[in-house]
Amino acid sequence: MSSRRRGTWTGLLFVLPYIVLLVAFGLGPAAYAVYTSFVVSAPTGDALGLDNYAATLGDFRFWPAAANVALFLAIWLPIMVVGVLALALLLHDRPSRFSGVMRLVYFLPGAVTGSAGILLWYCMLEPSISPFGPALRAMGFERGSDVFADSNLVLIFAGIAFITGAGQWIVIMYGAMQNIPEDVLEAAALDGAGPIRTAIFVKLPLVSKYVLYMVILSLAAGLQLFVEPQLIYGITKTAGSPWWSLNQFGYALAFQTGNFGGAATISLILLVLSCVAAMLFITRTDFFSTEVDR
Amino acid sequence: MSSHRHRVTPLRALKGLVLLGFAVFCVVPLVWLLLAPTKTDAELVSGATMSFGSFDQLAAAARHLMDYNDGVLVQWAWNSVLYAVGSLVLSVGSSVLAGYALAVTHLPGRRLLLVLTLVGMLVPPTALVLPLFLEINAVQLTNTALSVILPAAFYPFGTYLAFIYFSTSMPVELLEAGRLDGLSEAGLFWHVARPLATPLMGLLAFFSFVANWNNYFLPYVMLSEEAKYNLPVGLGAVISGTPALNPANGGSFLPITRPEVALAGLIIVLPIAVVFVFCQRYLVRGILSGATKG
Repeated sequence: MSSRRRGTWTGLLFVLPYIVLLVAFGLGPAAYAVYTSFVVSAPTGDALGLDNYAATLGDFRFWPAAANVALFLAIWLPIMVVGVLALALLLHDRPSRFSGVMRLVYFLPGAVTGSAGILLWYCMLEPSISPFGPALRAMGFERGSDVFADSNLVLIFAGIAFITGAGQWIVIMYGAMQNIPEDVLEAAALDGAGPIRTAIFVKLPLVSKYVLYMVILSLAAGLQLFVEPQLIYGITKTAGSPWWSLNQFGYALAFQTGNFGGAATISLILLVLSCVAAMLFITRTDFFSTEVDR
Repeated sequence: MSSHRHRVTPLRALKGLVLLGFAVFCVVPLVWLLLAPTKTDAELVSGATMSFGSFDQLAAAARHLMDYNDGVLVQWAWNSVLYAVGSLVLSVGSSVLAGYALAVTHLPGRRLLLVLTLVGMLVPPTALVLPLFLEINAVQLTNTALSVILPAAFYPFGTYLAFIYFSTSMPVELLEAGRLDGLSEAGLFWHVARPLATPLMGLLAFFSFVANWNNYFLPYVMLSEEAKYNLPVGLGAVISGTPALNPANGGSFLPITRPEVALAGLIIVLPIAVVFVFCQRYLVRGILSGATKG
């Protein structure tokens, strides 16, 4: 008993640094943003209570930004689910050295992210210097300004996000398929299921929770879209705007007009959406556990 | 059987075509990025897109890049190392200690802490950037190294992974034996648990380093002074603040053109990409081990 109590005290000491970080940089900023959103006024007037929320939701920039992000998610998430599953199933159909090399190759674009990623994919979509230039011209894009038009931005961001993000999930899905017991696959084959039926009726249901994991993480990340529209606008000065996505709008509120209350409301809306998705995933699936059987 | 293996059916050919087609989209841009700094800007436009220029041109691009703003690039690289390593030490240290305590001791509030950790793991770090800015601004720490290092030290992914690791692969008998030998609780961690956790710490260190090395949004928001930037933010400033990538936006007296910018992108990406290729297997295992039930 005394050793257990001793263990508890040492244990508390061990988690203390993490708790301090959790409170200071996890819960703290969220709580402070709540406070800011209700109390801190915009420089133009005395906004209190729900005024910041009303002002933000009524801003002419809010709904277009929300629509851009929603459309981006509506295009990107299905592409991720279908693309990742299709490629993983194709690779898993007949494991070979070829499939191993492909998995590594698909992984590589994930190393080029953030500003370096935008630099790279901007060049890939600029017909005058891109190795894909002939294909771009064949599709009717003669100049960079034809490609980087407002109406194409959602598709461009979804495409970039797919190419850079698919690889790691393909490898994860493939790993999950490797865990499917051999006798299950043999039973399916004995029942006369071909590779396509096996893929759809046997493999897919068994990896479905990894698909859900991917969707939740991608959804939460996609809501936060910032670097891509910010830099593409910075480079082109014509495609998109400084408030094309919600996070850009929040950034513009804070740094262009000093409206911290407004910026806090945007962040909280995004944060609540992410947290709800996370909580649903944690409580409705057995993917993570807080009790581990020894 | 073997003739069956090698028969090329239309379906199999289509499958190979899809897999190779996606591989082309993954590899061609990366090869282009490797080749671009060896050419002049004019050669990028007029020459064959996938050709090699010359080493002299590569050296010239490197010189131009080093001369940019009196060698600010070197400062950015140094900042990148400082920020990434600073966060790495704090994040890995705090998360391994906390994961160990959560796994082996019966702390009060343990379940709450784990649920908060899971939520923190699923909510992307970018969601907290603007609230963090408001908080850090309130304590007047913006535009300091600490404003980037400390928030990134909160590492819920690491804590959860360490918790799972110690819960599943740390034999209780070893701890009991250590206690019988008269080790204190802290001694148990240092002499028994820590040596066992070396692979875990390697994995966490890598993940933490990559995330912070590539970090864009947090330093972009926190740091207002060019000399404080890390490499990704610096590159972002160059490509959106100069007409380097988009000469149509007007000429520039700077010798910073597309080859120089591509070289800057390479400098950011190469250290990560090299480790990426060698550690692919471990990285995937790390992502997968977030789930306790395969």
